[in-house]
Amino acid sequence: MNGLVVLIPVALGLGLAGLAAFFWSVRSGQFEDLDGAAVRVLLDDDEEEAE
Amino acid sequence: MKHETPVPAAGAAMQMKTSVFAVPGMRCAGCISKLEKGLSGVEGIAAARVNFGAKRVTLTHDPAFDEPALKAVIGKVGFDAEPLPNDLVETGDSESRMLLRAMAVAGFAAMNIMLLSVSVWSGAEGATRDMFHWLSALIAIPTIAYSGRPFFRSALGALRRGRTNMDVPISIGVLLATGLSLFETAISGPHAYFDGAVMLLFFLLTGRWLDSVMRDRARGGVTQLLRQTARGAYVIGEDGRHRWCEARSLAPGMRMHVAAGERLAADGIIEDGTSAFDLSLLTGESAPQTRGAGDAVLAGTLNLGAPVVVRASAVGADTAIADIARLMESAGQSRSRYVRVADRAARWYAPAVHTLAALSFAGWMFAGAGWHHSLVIAVAVLIITCPCALGLAVPAAQIVASGALMRRGVLVKDGSALERLSEVTTAAFDKTGTLTLGRPVLVNPDVVREADAPVLLALASASRHPLADAVRRHFEGTGIVPAVLTDVTETPGEGVTGRYRGHEAQLVRPSASGDTGMASRFAIGAGTDVLLRFEDTLRPDARATIHQLGALGIDSSILSGDRTEAVADTAAAIGIGAVAALTPAGKLGLIRAMTEEGDKVLMVGDGLNDGPALAAGHVSMAPGSASDVGQNAADAVFLGDSLAPVAAAIRAARRTMAVVRQNFALAIGYNVIAVPLAVMGHVTPLIAALAMSGSSVIVIANALRLRNAAE
Repeated sequence: MNGLVVLIPVALGLGLAGLAAFFWSVRSGQFEDLDGAAVRVLLDDDEEEAE
Repeated sequence: MKHETPVPAAGAAMQMKTSVFAVPGMRCAGCISKLEKGLSGVEGIAAARVNFGAKRVTLTHDPAFDEPALKAVIGKVGFDAEPLPNDLVETGDSESRMLLRAMAVAGFAAMNIMLLSVSVWSGAEGATRDMFHWLSALIAIPTIAYSGRPFFRSALGALRRGRTNMDVPISIGVLLATGLSLFETAISGPHAYFDGAVMLLFFLLTGRWLDSVMRDRARGGVTQLLRQTARGAYVIGEDGRHRWCEARSLAPGMRMHVAAGERLAADGIIEDGTSAFDLSLLTGESAPQTRGAGDAVLAGTLNLGAPVVVRASAVGADTAIADIARLMESAGQSRSRYVRVADRAARWYAPAVHTLAALSFAGWMFAGAGWHHSLVIAVAVLIITCPCALGLAVPAAQIVASGALMRRGVLVKDGSALERLSEVTTAAFDKTGTLTLGRPVLVNPDVVREADAPVLLALASASRHPLADAVRRHFEGTGIVPAVLTDVTETPGEGVTGRYRGHEAQLVRPSASGDTGMASRFAIGAGTDVLLRFEDTLRPDARATIHQLGALGIDSSILSGDRTEAVADTAAAIGIGAVAALTPAGKLGLIRAMTEEGDKVLMVGDGLNDGPALAAGHVSMAPGSASDVGQNAADAVFLGDSLAPVAAAIRAARRTMAVVRQNFALAIGYNVIAVPLAVMGHVTPLIAALAMSGSSVIVIANALRLRNAAE
């Protein structure tokens, strides 16, 4: 039972960290252009250096 | 993966302006890099950022660039672009975001409380159980205070007006359950409902959020389609120089230079020049009208022929367009009184639930159970009957159906539009631009000899006149290569001439007077001289769609502002009745008369003159080619040339409402089983949690059957 003293705060802390990360991602606009993010992965950044 | 361009200097960045353009033509990763790299290389543009989902590009640029200049720059990169007004872009999804945050908090809390609850259900006892209950309370109370606000606010608002809605039983149930659980925890009791209360909020917020996302998504789609109807004009200054002036800063007395192909931004009198004007947006007439010096022209009309100078006489709120806007405002009021199906259900559901809970409390008190035990049972009844599945039943079905319709090319603006669409009994169609394509089509291509076609195509390609466009559209698809002409000149208001192998070739206005402007003379030397005739043809599937509507039990008719003869032809071709030569107020009056006879009218129209009728109809649709007024007033917009999506939308709406009714039946069936258990006192928090999630999953699974509703 003594393990709970450690485990419960750890579990709550992890959950809160996840929630905070989600809030941050919404605020920084990562959900604004979901289709675009999927397509941008295919862009070649090297082209610029070659030019 | 951000593509950022360095801003020259901090001082320069201070003066940069931001403009947003809709670029409907972007389709792939290549387009993103082409736009961003192509635009950020231009002198005076500091940054270009593409939003692929919304098909928009945001430019940070030197204020010296005006809208037409930026449009030209994007055109050079190879894309058509339309400027978007800032107020339309920025008011976006703040409500969705707020609901999303509330939902995330409720979801996080529900999962953590459920972990603790599972331990309690597994047999935790004594001090451990109390500690778990206190921990649950610690998580649940701030969560309910934060995530419950949308419901509490709406419930309070309804109660203040002496009414009740779905949010009243939700709020009472959640608050009572929380209060009782807190008391139960304090006295070391066995049952706490924190998990149930928070899970309920999570499911309901999911429903709300879906509803709000649906509205945002359709609004985004419509914003993309907004066509530029004169957001400004080139004003001729006293020094004779042309200066771009936005529509809202125009003043009476200013002299505007209106080039061919531009729309007027204000009412005015022509000072110089003669040209043909397309009035179809305002009056529904498909044939162009000629206006010369001294004639009045109205904002929103399109200059087809030669450049003219217009002295503005009325701007902004004084224009003829603004009169139509006022008519629309008064016409739209009846629609705001529409009560959505979920709120209609709540009208009897809320009192029934509250009476049931009160009766259980009284019953157990009477049986001598003691007030604490009786209250526990009453709360269990409230929690079990809380309209969790009901809250999801409507939005889940509607968002799945609207997604299916969107793939079919119909953008439905909100869930209420789908509900009203399913109730339609009569349909009224505008003619020009709605039943017809709203652009001329060549009807007698056979008079052109095969050998002459390349010359005709070459002449037509040299002009932007709508009739020349029609010729080009007809011949471009046939594989004919334009001939090489010399000395090609376009005389505005007359036509195009050129030389072909020593002969004079011309595509000009026919000399015979009294024509309707829908014909062109095509001649080469002395050998060829034919008259090309044009008509505004019916949309593909127009007849079939009217027929399908008839099969659905919906009678159709035409309400048009065009001349009686022109309307009679169309009406005969489709085989329905028509009323012609109507003013915007006349259309509005007819729609109101039909409504008073008890019909639920679907109005389909595109023009400015349809605006009041669109607002007055029980529900309304507009084609994607419509004026922005038409698109804003309509509940749904359909894309493409075909009229078939109108019938598809009604069928999909009816199927959606059938599924919504099934979902209501499922929710009621669940209550019939669960409520007696609750009243008897057999419902524990474990059973409540299982019943709640079980019924929600069933309702969502049923809604998913609508994925192919629009096919």
